[in-house]
Amino acid sequence: MAGDAKGGDELVFKPMDQFKVEPFFGSGDVAWYTISNATVWMALAVLCIFALLVLGSSKRSIVPSRIQSIAELAYGFIHKMVEDICGKEGLKYFPYIMTLFMFIVFSNFLGLIPTAFTPTSHIAVTVIMAMAVFLTVTILGFVKHGAGFLSVFWISSAPLALRPILALIEVISYFVRPVSHSIRLAGNMMAGHAVIKVFAAFAPLVLISTGIGLVVTPLSIIAITAIYALEVLVSFIQAYVFTILTCVYLKDALHPHH
Amino acid sequence: MADENLVDKTATDIGEPTVSEPGMPQLDFTTWDNQIFWLVMALIATYFILSRVALPRIGGVLAERQGTISNDIAAAEDLKAKAVDAEAAYDKALVDARSEAGRIVAEAKAEIQADLNVAIAKADEEIAAKSAESEKAIAEIRAGALESVKEVAKDTAKEIVAAMGGKADAKTVNAAVTARMKG
Repeated sequence: MAGDAKGGDELVFKPMDQFKVEPFFGSGDVAWYTISNATVWMALAVLCIFALLVLGSSKRSIVPSRIQSIAELAYGFIHKMVEDICGKEGLKYFPYIMTLFMFIVFSNFLGLIPTAFTPTSHIAVTVIMAMAVFLTVTILGFVKHGAGFLSVFWISSAPLALRPILALIEVISYFVRPVSHSIRLAGNMMAGHAVIKVFAAFAPLVLISTGIGLVVTPLSIIAITAIYALEVLVSFIQAYVFTILTCVYLKDALHPHH
Repeated sequence: MADENLVDKTATDIGEPTVSEPGMPQLDFTTWDNQIFWLVMALIATYFILSRVALPRIGGVLAERQGTISNDIAAAEDLKAKAVDAEAAYDKALVDARSEAGRIVAEAKAEIQADLNVAIAKADEEIAAKSAESEKAIAEIRAGALESVKEVAKDTAKEIVAAMGGKADAKTVNAAVTARMKG
């Protein structure tokens, strides 16, 4: 706990320590190949995906077991999302979008385990995923439509006089997409975990100052519980938002004409 | 360890003894290569797990279930149609049987009526014959009786005339009696 008082007489606030990337075995510098805590929790996310989607569906039952139902639910959820937003031709990219969704959702939920590390709370991770989406969508748009892809910036339904201004805004917003796409996920995950840690730091106050601690300690524990519940919701919603935005961007590449 | 001491020292210098090193670990770019490398590994692993095994399998299971459900629904509709047909056939058979029964009843009734009519006619005939015979017999008897009365009257009149002391002329008496009886 970050709240463990080192000196025994004061509260310790280290809300950001949980985000430190450290070697999982031993100590020292983190090189690119080092098995770090980030590596371990990413690997756990992959293992969970494997357990749910592969082991869970291994029986191929017509009447599904509980775990197979969850796997089918996840499949149907993303499959329907891709089909609804991108249309039938978008289904070719369903495995990529499913990969992103499953990885994010499992990273988020595993990160909620106390003492866990949350890969998706790191901008390094979300920026790579957002840039991958951005580059894929942009390249795909030009490959599929050539220069016609530029019509995504030219709002033909707007009055002619407004179109150049709108085009400028569209271009800016297009290039801001990977930034907002990545910061939104990392920021949400980081903020929630940090807030929980801050409340956790207040929790041992009763050990230091009994009088005010009797009020603050229960309050902070209740607050941790409440924020934790919110974080469960946020974990899913942010994975969902990241995925649905990916679908929306992909739709632009497949159908650039508004 | 040396790093930690250094950090602690720096923190002390800044005047925040219990707060960890300033800044966000997210912006520590020395760890980015590690995270990016392992992220790419994880995503590739996930992609292969999903695209090679999980998604085809789950998609197959869902399609198979859809197929089974539509087959079952089709079979159920088939059976329902058969049931409706069977019910129609049953109703038709029932109606046929009813009309057949009605026809048989009517036939039987007509036959019985015909038989009855013949029997009644025969009986009437017999009755008529019998009554004619009886009438004849009665007429004979009546005629016989009239003759006998005439005989008796004539004989009685002769005897009475003889008893009265008269001399009975048979012819006269007879004529008188006949005349009287015609009366």
